[in-house]
Amino acid sequence: MRVNFTVNGRPQEADDVWEGESLLYVLRERLGLPGSKNACEQGECGSCTVRLDGVPVCSCLVAAGQAEGRDIVTVEGLADHAKQRAGHSGCGTGSCGPADASASLDGADGRPTRGTDSHTGEGTELAPIQQAFIDAGAVQCGFCTPGLLVAADEMLERNPNPSDADIREALSGNLCRCTGYEKIMDAVRLAAARQGEAV
Amino acid sequence: MDFLRPASWEDALAAKAEHPTAVPIAGGTDVMVEINFDHRRPEYLLDLNRVGDLYEWEVGEESVRLGASVPYTRIMENLRAELPGLALASHTVASPQIRNRGGVGGNLGTASPAGDAHPALLAAGAEVEAESVRGTRRIPIDAFYTGVKRNALAPDELIRAVHIKKADGPQQYSKVGTRNAMVIAVCAFGLALHPQSRTVRTGIGSAAPTPVRAKTAEEFLNAALEEGGFWDNGKIIAPSVAKQFADLCAAACNPIDDVRGTASYRRHAVGVMARRTLTWTWESYRGPRRTAKGAA
Repeated sequence: MRVNFTVNGRPQEADDVWEGESLLYVLRERLGLPGSKNACEQGECGSCTVRLDGVPVCSCLVAAGQAEGRDIVTVEGLADHAKQRAGHSGCGTGSCGPADASASLDGADGRPTRGTDSHTGEGTELAPIQQAFIDAGAVQCGFCTPGLLVAADEMLERNPNPSDADIREALSGNLCRCTGYEKIMDAVRLAAARQGEAV
Repeated sequence: MDFLRPASWEDALAAKAEHPTAVPIAGGTDVMVEINFDHRRPEYLLDLNRVGDLYEWEVGEESVRLGASVPYTRIMENLRAELPGLALASHTVASPQIRNRGGVGGNLGTASPAGDAHPALLAAGAEVEAESVRGTRRIPIDAFYTGVKRNALAPDELIRAVHIKKADGPQQYSKVGTRNAMVIAVCAFGLALHPQSRTVRTGIGSAAPTPVRAKTAEEFLNAALEEGGFWDNGKIIAPSVAKQFADLCAAACNPIDDVRGTASYRRHAVGVMARRTLTWTWESYRGPRRTAKGAA
Protein backbone atom coordinates (compact mmCIF):
# COMPACT_ATOMS: atom_id res chain seq x y z
CA MET A 1 0.00 0.00 0.00
CA ARG A 2 0.97 3.62 -0.35
CA VAL A 3 1.35 5.96 2.62
CA ASN A 4 1.36 9.74 2.36
CA PHE A 5 2.43 11.79 5.30
CA THR A 6 4.55 14.75 6.36
CA VAL A 7 8.01 14.13 7.74
CA ASN A 8 10.01 17.00 9.19
CA GLY A 9 7.82 19.49 7.40
CA ARG A 10 8.01 17.85 3.96
CA PRO A 11 5.31 15.79 2.28
CA GLN A 12 6.50 12.22 1.78
CA GLU A 13 5.14 9.25 -0.07
CA ALA A 14 6.13 5.67 0.67
CA ASP A 15 5.22 2.97 -1.83
CA ASP A 16 4.91 -0.81 -1.56
CA VAL A 17 4.52 -0.59 2.18
CA TRP A 18 3.58 -3.90 3.74
CA GLU A 19 0.38 -3.58 5.78
CA GLY A 20 2.01 -4.85 8.95
CA GLU A 21 5.00 -2.58 8.64
CA SER A 22 5.86 -0.11 11.38
CA LEU A 23 6.33 3.61 10.93
CA LEU A 24 9.89 3.07 12.15
CA TYR A 25 10.64 0.69 9.28
CA VAL A 26 9.20 3.13 6.74
CA LEU A 27 11.27 5.99 8.11
CA ARG A 28 14.52 4.03 8.20
CA GLU A 29 14.29 1.70 5.23
CA ARG A 30 12.05 3.53 2.78
CA LEU A 31 12.69 7.21 3.47
CA GLY A 32 16.38 6.98 4.32
CA LEU A 33 15.98 8.47 7.78
CA PRO A 34 18.04 6.18 10.01
CA GLY A 35 18.14 8.59 12.95
CA SER A 36 15.30 6.84 14.75
CA LYS A 37 16.86 3.63 16.04
CA ASN A 38 15.50 0.13 15.89
CA ALA A 39 16.28 -1.71 19.10
CA CYS A 40 13.57 -3.54 21.02
CA GLU A 41 10.63 -3.36 18.58
CA GLN A 42 8.22 -3.57 21.51
CA GLY A 43 8.05 -0.07 22.95
CA GLU A 44 10.35 -0.85 25.85
CA CYS A 45 13.41 1.21 24.97
CA GLY A 46 12.29 4.48 23.38
CA SER A 47 15.12 4.49 20.81
CA CYS A 48 12.61 4.95 18.01
CA THR A 49 10.78 7.89 19.62
CA VAL A 50 9.34 10.39 17.12
CA ARG A 51 6.66 13.08 17.33
CA LEU A 52 3.34 12.04 15.80
CA ASP A 53 1.18 15.14 15.42
CA GLY A 54 3.38 16.65 18.10
CA VAL A 55 3.09 13.78 20.56
CA PRO A 56 6.08 11.57 21.43
CA VAL A 57 5.42 7.96 20.47
CA CYS A 58 7.39 4.80 19.80
CA SER A 59 7.45 4.63 16.00
CA CYS A 60 7.93 0.85 16.18
CA LEU A 61 4.39 0.58 17.57
CA VAL A 62 2.70 2.79 15.00
CA ALA A 63 1.49 0.86 11.97
CA ALA A 64 2.66 2.62 8.83
CA GLY A 65 -0.92 2.98 7.63
CA GLN A 66 -1.82 4.80 10.83
CA ALA A 67 0.61 7.58 9.86
CA GLU A 68 -1.40 8.37 6.73
CA GLY A 69 -2.00 12.11 6.51
CA ARG A 70 -0.21 12.82 9.76
CA ASP A 71 2.74 14.94 10.76
CA ILE A 72 5.97 13.30 11.91
CA VAL A 73 9.08 14.89 13.38
CA THR A 74 12.17 12.70 13.69
CA VAL A 75 15.54 13.48 15.22
CA GLU A 76 16.66 14.59 11.76
CA GLY A 77 14.10 17.38 11.89
CA LEU A 78 14.72 18.36 15.49
CA ALA A 79 16.93 21.36 14.72
CA ASP A 80 14.35 22.84 12.37
CA HIS A 81 11.57 22.08 14.80
CA ALA A 82 13.42 23.80 17.66
CA LYS A 83 14.23 26.77 15.48
CA GLN A 84 10.63 27.24 14.45
CA ARG A 85 9.60 27.05 18.06
CA ALA A 86 12.25 29.49 19.22
CA GLY A 87 10.95 32.26 17.04
CA HIS A 88 9.07 32.61 13.85
CA SER A 89 11.71 35.11 12.83
CA GLY A 90 14.14 32.30 12.09
CA CYS A 91 11.95 31.02 9.29
CA GLY A 92 12.00 34.37 7.55
CA THR A 93 15.58 33.73 6.57
CA GLY A 94 14.61 30.57 4.77
CA SER A 95 17.07 28.64 6.88
CA CYS A 96 14.44 26.27 8.15
CA GLY A 97 12.69 25.82 4.84
CA PRO A 98 13.15 23.03 2.35
CA ALA A 99 16.52 24.45 1.30
CA ASP A 100 17.99 23.38 4.61
CA ALA A 101 20.83 20.90 4.33
CA SER A 102 19.06 18.36 6.50
CA ALA A 103 16.00 18.27 4.30
CA SER A 104 16.98 18.22 0.67
CA LEU A 105 18.67 16.10 -1.99
CA ASP A 106 16.70 13.45 -3.74
CA GLY A 107 18.62 10.28 -4.47
CA ALA A 108 19.40 9.09 -7.98
CA ASP A 109 16.69 6.46 -7.71
CA GLY A 110 14.17 9.17 -7.06
CA ARG A 111 14.00 8.28 -3.43
CA PRO A 112 14.69 11.12 -1.09
CA THR A 113 17.80 10.80 0.96
CA ARG A 114 18.05 12.76 4.06
CA GLY A 115 20.48 13.89 6.71
CA THR A 116 23.39 14.98 4.53
CA ASP A 117 25.95 14.53 7.23
CA SER A 118 24.33 11.85 9.28
CA HIS A 119 27.65 10.07 9.56
CA THR A 120 29.69 12.98 10.78
CA GLY A 121 27.19 15.54 11.96
CA GLU A 122 29.39 18.22 10.45
CA GLY A 123 27.76 21.08 8.71
CA THR A 124 24.44 20.31 10.31
CA GLU A 125 22.85 22.83 12.58
CA LEU A 126 21.87 21.38 15.93
CA ALA A 127 18.88 21.87 18.17
CA PRO A 128 19.73 23.32 21.60
CA ILE A 129 19.02 19.94 23.20
CA GLN A 130 21.49 18.28 20.81
CA GLN A 131 24.19 20.83 21.62
CA ALA A 132 23.51 20.37 25.32
CA PHE A 133 23.95 16.58 25.00
CA ILE A 134 27.33 17.14 23.36
CA ASP A 135 28.44 19.77 25.85
CA ALA A 136 27.41 17.68 28.84
CA GLY A 137 29.04 14.51 27.51
CA ALA A 138 25.68 12.76 27.48
CA VAL A 139 26.43 10.68 24.39
CA GLN A 140 28.23 7.40 24.87
CA CYS A 141 27.50 4.70 22.29
CA GLY A 142 24.79 6.98 20.95
CA PHE A 143 22.14 4.40 20.21
CA CYS A 144 19.61 5.73 22.70
CA THR A 145 20.45 9.35 21.96
CA PRO A 146 17.98 10.14 19.14
CA GLY A 147 15.03 8.91 21.18
CA LEU A 148 16.19 10.77 24.26
CA LEU A 149 16.64 13.95 22.24
CA VAL A 150 13.12 13.81 20.83
CA ALA A 151 11.61 13.02 24.24
CA ALA A 152 13.67 15.65 26.09
CA ASP A 153 12.96 18.32 23.48
CA GLU A 154 9.24 17.70 23.74
CA MET A 155 9.36 17.94 27.52
CA LEU A 156 11.22 21.29 27.36
CA GLU A 157 8.58 22.54 24.94
CA ARG A 158 5.81 21.69 27.43
CA ASN A 159 7.71 22.39 30.61
CA PRO A 160 10.51 24.95 30.23
CA ASN A 161 11.45 24.74 33.89
CA PRO A 162 11.46 21.03 34.77
CA SER A 163 12.36 19.58 38.14
CA ASP A 164 14.64 16.55 38.24
CA ALA A 165 11.57 14.42 38.85
CA ASP A 166 9.91 15.89 35.76
CA ILE A 167 12.98 15.06 33.66
CA ARG A 168 13.17 11.52 35.01
CA GLU A 169 9.51 10.94 34.30
CA ALA A 170 9.69 12.40 30.79
CA LEU A 171 12.66 10.18 29.97
CA SER A 172 11.38 7.10 31.78
CA GLY A 173 10.54 5.41 28.50
CA ASN A 174 14.06 5.77 27.11
CA LEU A 175 16.69 3.23 28.08
CA CYS A 176 20.44 3.90 27.98
CA ARG A 177 22.40 0.69 28.40
CA CYS A 178 25.71 2.54 28.73
CA THR A 179 24.03 3.70 31.96
CA GLY A 180 24.93 7.31 31.30
CA TYR A 181 21.83 8.72 32.90
CA GLU A 182 23.59 11.27 35.11
CA LYS A 183 25.14 13.01 32.12
CA ILE A 184 21.81 12.86 30.34
CA MET A 185 20.17 14.57 33.31
CA ASP A 186 22.96 17.17 33.20
CA ALA A 187 22.33 17.74 29.51
CA VAL A 188 18.60 18.32 29.95
CA ARG A 189 19.20 20.66 32.89
CA LEU A 190 21.73 22.53 30.74
CA ALA A 191 19.31 22.85 27.83
CA ALA A 192 16.59 24.09 30.19
CA ALA A 193 18.92 26.66 31.72
CA ARG A 194 20.06 27.90 28.30
CA GLN A 195 16.45 28.06 27.15
CA GLY A 196 15.65 30.17 30.20
CA GLU A 197 18.54 32.55 29.51
CA ALA A 198 17.48 32.98 25.91
CA VAL A 199 14.04 34.22 26.83
CA MET B 1 -2.66 -8.73 5.06
CA ASP B 2 -5.18 -6.00 4.41
CA PHE B 3 -5.22 -2.64 6.15
CA LEU B 4 -8.76 -1.38 6.72
CA ARG B 5 -9.06 2.32 7.43
CA PRO B 6 -12.62 3.22 8.37
CA ALA B 7 -13.18 6.97 8.60
CA SER B 8 -16.17 6.70 10.95
CA TRP B 9 -17.52 4.48 13.69
CA GLU B 10 -20.29 3.20 11.39
CA ASP B 11 -17.70 2.25 8.78
CA ALA B 12 -15.65 0.50 11.46
CA LEU B 13 -18.64 -1.57 12.58
CA ALA B 14 -19.45 -2.46 8.98
CA ALA B 15 -15.86 -3.53 8.38
CA LYS B 16 -15.83 -5.67 11.53
CA ALA B 17 -19.13 -7.28 10.47
CA GLU B 18 -17.75 -8.07 7.05
CA HIS B 19 -14.40 -9.30 8.42
CA PRO B 20 -14.97 -10.71 11.91
CA THR B 21 -11.36 -11.93 12.07
CA ALA B 22 -10.05 -8.39 11.59
CA VAL B 23 -7.79 -7.33 14.45
CA PRO B 24 -8.61 -3.83 15.71
CA ILE B 25 -5.58 -1.61 16.18
CA ALA B 26 -5.69 1.71 18.00
CA GLY B 27 -2.60 2.59 20.08
CA GLY B 28 -0.83 -0.44 18.65
CA THR B 29 1.06 -1.06 21.87
CA ASP B 30 -0.02 -4.71 21.96
CA VAL B 31 -0.84 -5.51 18.33
CA MET B 32 2.33 -4.08 16.80
CA VAL B 33 4.54 -5.99 19.25
CA GLU B 34 2.92 -9.22 18.12
CA ILE B 35 3.36 -8.30 14.46
CA ASN B 36 6.95 -7.09 14.92
CA PHE B 37 7.84 -10.39 16.56
CA ASP B 38 6.01 -12.47 14.01
CA HIS B 39 3.69 -13.87 16.66
CA ARG B 40 0.66 -12.80 14.74
CA ARG B 41 -0.19 -12.32 11.10
CA PRO B 42 -3.80 -11.15 11.01
CA GLU B 43 -5.57 -11.30 7.70
CA TYR B 44 -6.99 -7.82 8.32
CA LEU B 45 -5.85 -4.96 10.48
CA LEU B 46 -8.69 -2.61 11.39
CA ASP B 47 -7.22 0.81 12.12
CA LEU B 48 -9.36 2.81 14.54
CA ASN B 49 -7.13 5.92 14.67
CA ARG B 50 -9.35 7.84 12.29
CA VAL B 51 -12.50 7.29 14.34
CA GLY B 52 -12.54 10.55 16.30
CA ASP B 53 -15.48 9.55 18.53
CA LEU B 54 -13.26 7.02 20.27
CA TYR B 55 -10.99 9.79 21.59
CA GLU B 56 -13.76 11.68 23.39
CA TRP B 57 -15.19 11.36 26.87
CA GLU B 58 -18.29 12.68 28.55
CA VAL B 59 -18.68 13.30 32.25
CA GLY B 60 -22.25 12.50 33.25
CA GLU B 61 -24.18 12.63 36.50
CA GLU B 62 -23.29 9.15 37.66
CA SER B 63 -20.52 8.01 35.41
CA VAL B 64 -17.92 8.90 32.83
CA ARG B 65 -18.34 7.57 29.33
CA LEU B 66 -14.73 7.09 28.31
CA GLY B 67 -14.06 6.59 24.61
CA ALA B 68 -12.13 3.39 23.92
CA SER B 69 -9.10 5.19 22.48
CA VAL B 70 -8.72 8.04 24.96
CA PRO B 71 -5.00 7.81 25.75
CA TYR B 72 -3.86 7.17 29.31
CA THR B 73 -2.14 10.57 29.24
CA ARG B 74 -5.52 12.28 28.78
CA ILE B 75 -7.05 10.27 31.64
CA MET B 76 -4.22 11.34 33.96
CA GLU B 77 -4.53 14.97 32.93
CA ASN B 78 -8.29 15.37 32.74
CA LEU B 79 -10.13 12.77 34.79
CA ARG B 80 -8.22 12.58 38.07
CA ALA B 81 -11.15 14.00 40.07
CA GLU B 82 -13.84 11.78 38.54
CA LEU B 83 -11.77 8.61 38.15
CA PRO B 84 -8.95 8.80 40.70
CA GLY B 85 -8.27 5.04 40.71
CA LEU B 86 -8.06 4.82 36.95
CA ALA B 87 -5.92 7.96 36.79
CA LEU B 88 -3.45 6.40 39.22
CA ALA B 89 -3.47 3.16 37.25
CA SER B 90 -2.95 5.08 34.01
CA HIS B 91 0.12 6.73 35.46
CA THR B 92 1.69 3.32 36.08
CA VAL B 93 1.32 2.28 32.44
CA ALA B 94 4.73 1.84 30.81
CA SER B 95 6.15 5.21 29.72
CA PRO B 96 5.01 8.59 28.38
CA GLN B 97 5.35 7.32 24.80
CA ILE B 98 3.08 4.35 25.49
CA ARG B 99 0.60 6.39 27.55
CA ASN B 100 0.30 8.80 24.63
CA ARG B 101 -0.96 5.97 22.40
CA GLY B 102 -2.58 3.32 24.54
CA GLY B 103 -6.05 3.49 26.04
CA VAL B 104 -8.51 1.49 28.09
CA GLY B 105 -10.22 0.02 25.01
CA GLY B 106 -7.00 -1.75 24.11
CA ASN B 107 -6.53 -2.99 27.65
CA LEU B 108 -10.05 -4.45 27.53
CA GLY B 109 -9.65 -5.85 24.03
CA THR B 110 -6.42 -7.62 24.93
CA ALA B 111 -7.88 -8.65 28.31
CA SER B 112 -4.48 -9.60 29.68
CA PRO B 113 -4.65 -10.36 33.40
CA ALA B 114 -1.75 -7.89 33.71
CA GLY B 115 -3.56 -4.97 32.08
CA ASP B 116 -3.09 -1.98 34.36
CA ALA B 117 -6.58 -0.52 33.98
CA HIS B 118 -8.51 -3.63 35.03
CA PRO B 119 -8.18 -3.47 38.85
CA ALA B 120 -9.21 0.19 38.79
CA LEU B 121 -12.25 -0.55 36.60
CA LEU B 122 -13.30 -3.47 38.83
CA ALA B 123 -12.97 -1.38 41.99
CA ALA B 124 -14.77 1.68 40.63
CA GLY B 125 -17.54 -0.30 38.93
CA ALA B 126 -17.85 -0.11 35.16
CA GLU B 127 -19.66 -1.34 32.08
CA VAL B 128 -18.15 -1.96 28.68
CA GLU B 129 -20.14 -0.51 25.78
CA ALA B 130 -19.80 -3.00 22.96
CA GLU B 131 -21.31 -2.37 19.57
CA SER B 132 -21.83 -4.17 16.30
CA VAL B 133 -24.04 -3.63 13.28
CA ARG B 134 -26.58 -5.67 15.26
CA GLY B 135 -26.76 -3.12 18.03
CA THR B 136 -25.25 -1.90 21.29
CA ARG B 137 -24.99 -3.64 24.63
CA ARG B 138 -23.43 -2.89 27.98
CA ILE B 139 -21.34 -5.65 29.52
CA PRO B 140 -20.78 -5.40 33.30
CA ILE B 141 -17.05 -5.34 33.97
CA ASP B 142 -17.37 -8.39 36.26
CA ALA B 143 -18.65 -10.42 33.33
CA PHE B 144 -16.26 -9.05 30.74
CA TYR B 145 -13.12 -11.06 31.46
CA THR B 146 -13.75 -14.67 30.50
CA GLY B 147 -10.27 -16.21 30.49
CA VAL B 148 -6.59 -15.53 29.92
CA LYS B 149 -6.64 -12.87 27.20
CA ARG B 150 -10.28 -13.65 26.51
CA ASN B 151 -13.28 -11.39 26.84
CA ALA B 152 -17.01 -11.41 26.32
CA LEU B 153 -16.97 -9.63 22.95
CA ALA B 154 -18.63 -11.30 19.98
CA PRO B 155 -16.49 -11.58 16.82
CA ASP B 156 -18.35 -8.73 15.12
CA GLU B 157 -18.27 -6.40 18.11
CA LEU B 158 -15.98 -3.47 18.82
CA ILE B 159 -15.51 -1.59 22.09
CA ARG B 160 -17.00 1.87 21.75
CA ALA B 161 -16.50 3.12 25.29
CA VAL B 162 -16.38 2.16 28.91
CA HIS B 163 -18.82 3.65 31.42
CA ILE B 164 -17.07 4.09 34.74
CA LYS B 165 -18.83 5.16 37.92
CA LYS B 166 -17.65 8.54 39.14
CA ALA B 167 -15.82 8.31 42.45
CA ASP B 168 -17.99 8.98 45.48
CA GLY B 169 -15.11 8.37 47.87
CA PRO B 170 -11.34 7.82 47.97
CA GLN B 171 -9.77 5.35 45.55
CA GLN B 172 -6.28 3.88 45.44
CA TYR B 173 -4.18 1.79 43.13
CA SER B 174 -1.01 -0.11 43.82
CA LYS B 175 1.28 -2.08 41.52
CA VAL B 176 4.31 -4.24 42.16
CA GLY B 177 7.19 -4.23 39.69
CA THR B 178 10.95 -4.00 39.53
CA ARG B 179 10.90 -0.28 38.87
CA ASN B 180 8.43 2.54 38.42
CA ALA B 181 8.42 2.81 34.62
CA MET B 182 8.15 0.22 31.86
CA VAL B 183 6.92 -2.52 34.10
CA ILE B 184 4.40 -5.24 33.44
CA ALA B 185 2.71 -5.73 36.77
CA VAL B 186 3.95 -8.60 38.91
CA CYS B 187 0.61 -7.98 40.53
CA ALA B 188 -1.63 -4.99 41.10
CA PHE B 189 -4.47 -3.97 43.37
CA GLY B 190 -7.22 -1.38 43.14
CA LEU B 191 -9.53 -0.33 45.94
CA ALA B 192 -12.45 2.08 45.99
CA LEU B 193 -14.54 3.25 48.92
CA HIS B 194 -18.16 3.90 48.01
CA PRO B 195 -19.61 5.87 50.94
CA GLN B 196 -22.96 6.37 49.19
CA SER B 197 -23.66 2.65 49.09
CA ARG B 198 -21.42 1.98 52.10
CA THR B 199 -19.44 -0.60 50.24
CA VAL B 200 -15.85 -1.26 49.36
CA ARG B 201 -14.86 -2.69 45.98
CA THR B 202 -11.58 -4.24 44.96
CA GLY B 203 -9.75 -5.32 41.83
CA ILE B 204 -6.77 -7.67 41.55
CA GLY B 205 -4.46 -7.78 38.55
CA SER B 206 -1.88 -10.36 37.44
CA ALA B 207 -2.73 -12.81 40.18
CA ALA B 208 -5.37 -15.00 38.53
CA PRO B 209 -6.21 -16.07 34.96
CA THR B 210 -8.34 -12.94 34.67
CA PRO B 211 -8.56 -9.68 36.60
CA VAL B 212 -10.82 -10.45 39.57
CA ARG B 213 -12.52 -8.85 42.53
CA ALA B 214 -11.86 -10.16 46.02
CA LYS B 215 -15.56 -10.59 46.72
CA THR B 216 -15.29 -12.52 49.97
CA ALA B 217 -12.91 -9.88 51.30
CA GLU B 218 -15.31 -7.13 50.22
CA GLU B 219 -18.23 -8.83 51.97
CA PHE B 220 -16.22 -9.31 55.14
CA LEU B 221 -15.11 -5.67 55.19
CA ASN B 222 -18.54 -4.30 54.30
CA ALA B 223 -20.05 -6.23 57.20
CA ALA B 224 -17.28 -5.17 59.61
CA LEU B 225 -17.60 -1.50 58.67
CA GLU B 226 -21.38 -1.61 58.98
CA GLU B 227 -21.33 -3.42 62.27
CA GLY B 228 -18.91 -0.98 63.87
CA GLY B 229 -20.69 2.06 62.47
CA PHE B 230 -17.43 3.01 60.81
CA TRP B 231 -18.99 4.90 57.90
CA ASP B 232 -20.57 7.28 60.42
CA ASN B 233 -18.05 7.44 63.23
CA GLY B 234 -15.00 7.42 60.94
CA LYS B 235 -12.98 5.41 63.46
CA ILE B 236 -9.64 3.86 62.62
CA ILE B 237 -10.05 0.35 61.23
CA ALA B 238 -8.66 -2.14 63.74
CA PRO B 239 -5.45 -3.86 62.63
CA SER B 240 -7.15 -7.24 63.05
CA VAL B 241 -9.89 -6.24 60.59
CA ALA B 242 -7.34 -4.91 58.09
CA LYS B 243 -5.34 -8.12 58.41
CA GLN B 244 -8.37 -10.33 57.88
CA PHE B 245 -9.29 -8.24 54.82
CA ALA B 246 -5.73 -8.57 53.49
CA ASP B 247 -5.72 -12.33 54.04
CA LEU B 248 -9.03 -12.71 52.22
CA CYS B 249 -7.73 -10.64 49.30
CA ALA B 250 -4.66 -12.86 49.10
CA ALA B 251 -6.95 -15.88 49.17
CA ALA B 252 -8.91 -14.51 46.22
CA CYS B 253 -5.80 -14.90 44.05
CA ASN B 254 -5.14 -17.88 41.87
CA PRO B 255 -1.66 -16.97 40.64
CA ILE B 256 1.03 -18.80 38.72
CA ASP B 257 4.82 -18.88 38.91
CA ASP B 258 6.35 -17.07 35.96
CA VAL B 259 9.35 -14.96 35.02
CA ARG B 260 7.97 -11.93 36.83
CA GLY B 261 7.30 -13.60 40.17
CA THR B 262 6.21 -16.69 42.02
CA ALA B 263 2.65 -17.52 42.95
CA SER B 264 3.38 -17.28 46.66
CA TYR B 265 5.06 -13.90 46.25
CA ARG B 266 2.04 -12.62 44.35
CA ARG B 267 -0.34 -13.82 47.03
CA HIS B 268 1.75 -12.18 49.70
CA ALA B 269 2.10 -8.92 47.77
CA VAL B 270 -1.63 -8.69 47.06
CA GLY B 271 -2.28 -9.00 50.81
CA VAL B 272 0.20 -6.21 51.54
CA MET B 273 -1.28 -3.96 48.84
CA ALA B 274 -4.81 -4.66 50.09
CA ARG B 275 -3.91 -3.59 53.62
CA ARG B 276 -2.04 -0.49 52.43
CA THR B 277 -4.67 0.72 49.98
CA LEU B 278 -7.37 0.18 52.60
CA THR B 279 -5.37 2.26 55.10
CA TRP B 280 -4.67 5.02 52.58
CA THR B 281 -8.26 5.32 51.41
CA TRP B 282 -9.74 5.03 54.88
CA GLU B 283 -7.41 7.71 56.27
CA SER B 284 -8.45 9.92 53.38
CA TYR B 285 -12.13 9.21 54.11
CA ARG B 286 -11.71 9.95 57.82
CA GLY B 287 -9.65 13.10 57.26
CA PRO B 288 -12.30 15.55 56.10
CA ARG B 289 -14.92 13.93 58.34
CA ARG B 290 -13.10 14.81 61.52
CA THR B 291 -12.99 18.48 60.65
CA ALA B 292 -16.33 18.69 58.85
CA LYS B 293 -18.25 16.94 61.66
CA GLY B 294 -20.63 14.48 60.19
CA ALA B 295 -20.84 15.95 56.73
CA ALA B 296 -21.38 13.15 54.27
